[in-house]
Amino acid sequence: MTATTIYSARKIITMNPSCPTATHVAVREGRILAVGSLAELETWGPYTLDARFADKVLMPGLVEGHAHTMEGTLWRYVYCGFFDRADPNGKVWDGVTTIDAMLDRLKAAEADMTDPDAPLSGWSLDPIYMDNVRVSRADLDSVSTTRPIGILHASGHILNVNTKALEMGGLLKEGLNHPGIPLGPDGLPTGELFGPDTMTPVGVHVGFNRSLTDSDAQGLRDFGKLCVRTGVTTITDLAARLEPEGVDSMLQVTGEDSYPACVVPLQLFMGATAQETVDKVVALKERATDRLRLGRIKAVADGSIQGFSARMRWPGYHNGAPNGLWYTAPEQLAELYRLALAAGVQVHTHTNGDEATEMALDMLEPALKDVPNFDHRFVLQHCQLADAAQFRRMGKLGMCVNLFANHHFYWGDEHYRLTVGPERAQRMNACRTALDTGVPMAIHSDAPVTPLGPFFTAWCAVNRLTASGRTQGEHEKIAVDEALYAITLGAAYTLHMDGEVGSIEVGKNADFAVLEDDPTEIGAANLKDVRVWGTVQGGRIFAKADL
Amino acid sequence: MSLPLPVTVIGGYLGAGKTTMVNHLLRNANGLRLAILVNEFGALPIDGDLIEAEDDDIISIAGGCVCCSFGSDLTGALMEMANLSPRPDHVLIESSGVAIPSAIVGSVSLLDGFRADGIVILADAETVQRSARDKYMSDTVLRQITDANIIVVNKCDLVTPQALNSTRDWLKSCNAAARIIDVRHGVVAPEAVLDSFLGHTATSGPFHHTEHLEMRVFTPDGPLDVDALAQKLADDASGLIRAKGFATAPSGQKMLIQVVGARWETSIAADDKADGIVCLGFKGIVADLGEWYHLLVSNQGPPDPQSGALTN
Ligand SMILES: [Zn+2]
Repeated sequence: MTATTIYSARKIITMNPSCPTATHVAVREGRILAVGSLAELETWGPYTLDARFADKVLMPGLVEGHAHTMEGTLWRYVYCGFFDRADPNGKVWDGVTTIDAMLDRLKAAEADMTDPDAPLSGWSLDPIYMDNVRVSRADLDSVSTTRPIGILHASGHILNVNTKALEMGGLLKEGLNHPGIPLGPDGLPTGELFGPDTMTPVGVHVGFNRSLTDSDAQGLRDFGKLCVRTGVTTITDLAARLEPEGVDSMLQVTGEDSYPACVVPLQLFMGATAQETVDKVVALKERATDRLRLGRIKAVADGSIQGFSARMRWPGYHNGAPNGLWYTAPEQLAELYRLALAAGVQVHTHTNGDEATEMALDMLEPALKDVPNFDHRFVLQHCQLADAAQFRRMGKLGMCVNLFANHHFYWGDEHYRLTVGPERAQRMNACRTALDTGVPMAIHSDAPVTPLGPFFTAWCAVNRLTASGRTQGEHEKIAVDEALYAITLGAAYTLHMDGEVGSIEVGKNADFAVLEDDPTEIGAANLKDVRVWGTVQGGRIFAKADL
Repeated sequence: MSLPLPVTVIGGYLGAGKTTMVNHLLRNANGLRLAILVNEFGALPIDGDLIEAEDDDIISIAGGCVCCSFGSDLTGALMEMANLSPRPDHVLIESSGVAIPSAIVGSVSLLDGFRADGIVILADAETVQRSARDKYMSDTVLRQITDANIIVVNKCDLVTPQALNSTRDWLKSCNAAARIIDVRHGVVAPEAVLDSFLGHTATSGPFHHTEHLEMRVFTPDGPLDVDALAQKLADDASGLIRAKGFATAPSGQKMLIQVVGARWETSIAADDKADGIVCLGFKGIVADLGEWYHLLVSNQGPPDPQSGALTN
């Protein structure tokens, strides 16, 4: 008979209403054998009692339904964000709140570099918190004029570069006429590059190329460390290219005994037809392992709201900007939905603007009539501007939603003031409406766009505070227990994994978030401050302190 | 230093016949090496008999042409094309049905070694007006049409002459500057859509005639205001779809003229080029070129009524 370990804990929050809290959990073969009192668990026979969590609170391992493994890779670059943020090794980097502070940090990093030609890269700059101050190439030239420098903004849509980088990218010339390249009085680019078209030629010289989205082995390992630090045991890589070498590398890294999380990569629908994409994913599904759950598709309907590339219904953008861009044509999305429904492959669709959401709903409805699939659980990702009628439709169509709760904190003020205006800003990321209309819901960080940390994400959904401290959308707040459900079983449901993870009950994976504080006691206002000790994934223990 | 590689963006909504037209151009490449860049491979099945070899990234096509899929990395794919040996003569970007062609031209314009030759938009004679009213696609389709230098109205055989006329009128009302060409089954005169073809056929022939297009070579016999000439060639009244060739400025500088629809461009050329501009236009209209040429030269200098003879 295989060994059984019984862990005692200060409290176990199970997310199973039949047994909401407990003091002991028994683990065998990496799975939960039983949860309850010691007396109840002893009925299963011989065991070893492990008291290491006796003063900890256990929750189901947290599930992040929308993140990108690229966050692991980005930490090799200089962090230039406005808010304090912890790196994979646990070092908390202070936010840089002025351009001078950013330049000082870059200079310090530059001084440590040995290869004189290597690029210096930074990430997560967000000047909207600094009165929208513009960064010029002259600013970055003060760090170095001889090595290329590039700083990616938090939105991912703007890149600041120095003169050397512009020169290497062939853009240090007069006569450029492109809306994404502002020119200075000298007729030369200022060093700000807007949008992927302008970023690409220079980006390759400063460490930001397309393949950055496929995290390498070290990036994936570092990403795993971030999971342990934040209590996450199941996490998505929401837009993977899944090239053959990338898949091999992910299989190898997640297969390492020490890899602490289950990674769920979604194949991006781009550069191949719907049929090719579905065929590829069906084949990939065969290669899925316990810790690399291949076999899902991500489609992108539109762009971003703050980039004014999201597709909006009437009356459009609050500041009068023209409507955004379609990334996938309705016919293509409809074809993908049909083929995926027939093949039993789940599709997650990025929709930001409410017109994009409407389009996805309009395409799924007839596809479902043609190809009924009673438990498809297709997910709308972000879905930030959906109104109540759209949520009701999602509910009827059996769709799930994964709302971008963190976005509300980081960019809510911007949306209120500029992009969508006060009324629609109130209803953005409408968690209350989703739950009230019966739409299964998760909430997400979209790391690296915002930091990974489900307790922070839960705090955002519960309090709906913006960065300036305003409560935006009182009505759409949800309760703490609803938010905790969203970051466990709710997210697991959107991945068709609610039978395996998301709650602590018999038969499920022994996946736990090990906490110093009790999130149900700490108070709604403090939810983001829940301290994480580490995780247990598949019965394997990962202490933050040992990483 | 080699001349910049011309790039033509071929756009239009799904189902307009971009694939058919691209295959037609490949079949009639006539020695020109075309590089086709597509958003996605599956959407552009190059006719099987044209494919010589296929590897992961690039399909080799008969006659030294190639096709590659760029996914979202157009810039990377263009760089790759520029480094191919032998170098292609012309790059065609078949944009996705939702792409905004002027944005693609914007990206091309950033790259050294490339020259945006123009935007050719295919419109399905039967469905284009309906697409332009579509709940979701309306503004995208209209932006594609207004971006065009040349609009190729495809599937003309599927509609009545009256319907075709009304579609043409409607297209004209959306984009007065674009030249509109009617075709069936994507069979367009290659010279009408690709600058390289024009130069190529002018020197090597044979010229690809269609019912309603004709080509003339126009030879100014003395120096003239080259920009004014190019502008005139680009005027809707010229009846030209495109023009390409050399002329001499009053300073004696040899200049290259390139005209696509209403868009024109002049640039400095090598001295050994002989004056002569290949003009392609609608039959019956091009013949009037002599008239306005006389006006042009008479406005600017020593007039010579015998100069500027148009030759076939
Ligand atoms: Zn994302």
